[in-house]
Amino acid sequence: MTYPFFAAGFLMMAGLAHAETPILTVMTYDSFAAEWGPGPVVELAFEAQCGCDLVWQTAGDGAALLARLKLEGAGSSADVLLGLDTSLTADAAATGLFAPHGPVGAFDLPVEWTDPLFVPYDWGWFAMVYDKTRLATPPTGFAALAASDLRIVIQDPRSSTPGLGLLLWVKAAHGDKAGEIWAGLADNIVTVTEGWSEAYGLFLAGEADMVLSYTTSPAYHLIAESDDSKAAAPFTEGHYLQVEVAAKLARSDQPALADEFLAFVQSQAFQGALPTTNWMYPAVALKDGLPAGFETLIRPEKSLLMTAEQAQAARGPALAEWLTALSR
Amino acid sequence: MSPGRWLGLGAGALVVALVPGTLLALVWRAGGLAVPLAADWAALRFTLLQAGLSAVISVALAVPVARALARRRFPGRGALIALMGAPFILPVVVAVLGLLAVFGRNGMVNRALAAAGLPGLEIYGLHGVVLAHVFFNLPLATRLILLGWQRIPAERFRLAAALGFSGRDIARQLEWPLLREVVPGALLTVFLLCLTSFAVVLTLGGGPGSGTLELAIYQAFRLEFDLPRVAMLALAQIGLCLAVTVAALQVALPQVSGRGMDRVAERFGTMPPAFGDALLLAAAALFLALPMVMVAARGAAGITDLPVSVWQAAARSVGVALVAAALAVVLGLALAQAALNSRWADRVAMLALAASPVVLGAGLFVVLLPLGDPATLALPVTALVNAVMALPLVVRSLAPALRAIEADHGRLADSLGLVGRARLRWLWLPRLRRPLGFAAGIAAALSMGDLGVIALFSDPTRATLPMQISGLMGAYRMGDAMAAAVLLAGLSFGLFWVCDHWGRHHADD
Repeated sequence: MTYPFFAAGFLMMAGLAHAETPILTVMTYDSFAAEWGPGPVVELAFEAQCGCDLVWQTAGDGAALLARLKLEGAGSSADVLLGLDTSLTADAAATGLFAPHGPVGAFDLPVEWTDPLFVPYDWGWFAMVYDKTRLATPPTGFAALAASDLRIVIQDPRSSTPGLGLLLWVKAAHGDKAGEIWAGLADNIVTVTEGWSEAYGLFLAGEADMVLSYTTSPAYHLIAESDDSKAAAPFTEGHYLQVEVAAKLARSDQPALADEFLAFVQSQAFQGALPTTNWMYPAVALKDGLPAGFETLIRPEKSLLMTAEQAQAARGPALAEWLTALSR
Repeated sequence: MSPGRWLGLGAGALVVALVPGTLLALVWRAGGLAVPLAADWAALRFTLLQAGLSAVISVALAVPVARALARRRFPGRGALIALMGAPFILPVVVAVLGLLAVFGRNGMVNRALAAAGLPGLEIYGLHGVVLAHVFFNLPLATRLILLGWQRIPAERFRLAAALGFSGRDIARQLEWPLLREVVPGALLTVFLLCLTSFAVVLTLGGGPGSGTLELAIYQAFRLEFDLPRVAMLALAQIGLCLAVTVAALQVALPQVSGRGMDRVAERFGTMPPAFGDALLLAAAALFLALPMVMVAARGAAGITDLPVSVWQAAARSVGVALVAAALAVVLGLALAQAALNSRWADRVAMLALAASPVVLGAGLFVVLLPLGDPATLALPVTALVNAVMALPLVVRSLAPALRAIEADHGRLADSLGLVGRARLRWLWLPRLRRPLGFAAGIAAALSMGDLGVIALFSDPTRATLPMQISGLMGAYRMGDAMAAAVLLAGLSFGLFWVCDHWGRHHADD
């Protein structure tokens, strides 16, 4: 009769240990939680202040997060979702799964921020990144890229926020001509990956001449690898902006911790880690300024960004247009 | 009714609940079907195109390879035929890694082409998908056609020699009638296998232009959670597979087994020069072996340095494979004994041929959703789906053996009152050992390498080894991916070998 007794005791102890340290589950994209991403640094800093256990839950790339959440609905165990961007916030808000955030401080963003649900944590411009040693004169816009025989890797707009950003970039810059641009690009595209990591990996392995990434990506090679061979190609039609956001889930069983995390997202500890781990511009001005190397990056003269509502309205038709152009 | 009958009915009911049942669950949860978009028609066209091309190319190449194997005797012939069996149980991710190492942008073929100043080959898109499918199905088709070839009695060749037949006469009088008999079955088998191909298209497809229905279902489900579209695509996929399965059963699907290929057809009279056959066989062997050798050569050294997460995934995969194999064998045996008395059991097992793993997974996901987080059930669901997918092969290897046992010993057993569990234990199991071992080995190896259902449920904390490898490939940690691939291939072949060896050892036949 000792076995059930022991088992019961063990379960109770496990239960007690569970109750002592609350767990905050943050759902995010793969590269954020990766060992080389911001995840480990952020986890350490937050756990030092919250007396809790921060657990990352990953589900592919940014846009796949929302699909996953819709799939799980109210059954989701996540408390915070980190990694959507403004192309998806209107859709995400419409699910009713998110709760308003607390008071926020001043942001250092290229756009005005008034969203009641989503807290911005970083931003950047999308760009086609190339290797200067292999490509001397990069194209200066989508039309030139389409006319060239350069090989590019892009991400799927259904699973990845950069992929969706590119879709809206082409739409915002070319409007009714977007379909033609895509038809022209179709033979340049080597492959469409589900996430950013796969695409960037293929580019680094030499499978493509250019990859859809950010104007800040060359900073990674410069700072982390002392390699100045990578650059972002400036496009004359302007560059689409991405503002990445986090939000609290309405069904969270740790609402206070979730609020604390969203406040922490705006702190210098969190923001200071982003430029050299997530390789994006911080959403809050850093006390010490940006790390050395960031001044070498291109700063597009013209920024493009649809409002959350415009993006929501544009997404469906643009996606159909993209699928049609690439399915030929 | 006897317990055996109940077991047979239960197994049949489970398959019916899973194969058409999950489709119905999807349609019901979706509350209707979406109208197909242009991209969905494109997916249907691509599915048919790649499966058609894969089948035609595989079989067209398999015919001369099988002929060369049938008429030549040379050292290493047995090893070559064994090599032909390997791709069938080789996990798809391992093959994809090997094919990338050989045919990728930085692979050996493209480097050789670049050195010769020639334009490179493209592996992403239709080329890559068809290439991988030919890699998997050329050996399968060769084995199927070789079996047919060996059914031509040696006396016919002797007669042909006596009558002074030329090579063309032999082809027209002996080989052509044979090919007309076996080629349609081989074509349809390969076509059917390529229709539900998922992992190849996921890793080597080049985007929306080269996506199959199976991939479109996965994307509509996992990326958009658009259930009406999932239901519409699933209906199209199952309809297509069912139609092809029915057609395939009309022309009698060939058996997949390793028996009877050790015999070289005795040939008389003058033979065409051996040079052509030798070249052909060498090319086929190189095409099949090189990708596997590349993975082994690049990955073997890294196995000991693999991160703990890979070993944990390996343990999970072995667990899933063993459960799937046990389940497949139990269900297969239940259906095989039901098939002794009625025809429905065989039909039900063939129903699983038309099943699509992604539809099964998506259907089970929506069924399990109200019960909690389906991700926690990812591993049991994977094992179940793998078992069902292996069922047609298992039943095909058990049913004929069981029928033979009953024909030989059934009356004696009846007169002795050997029924129920006793009959299973004393009559069936000892005599079924060989096909049981083979079936369990195939089921375990296929499950070990499966990357389909698990990708739908995708939860990194419960990743299987194939999923872990695809993640490592995604992060471009190719060294680790290659090492993990060697581990995966070793485990798949190991599981097959252990089961098959158990079956052959002390086999009572």
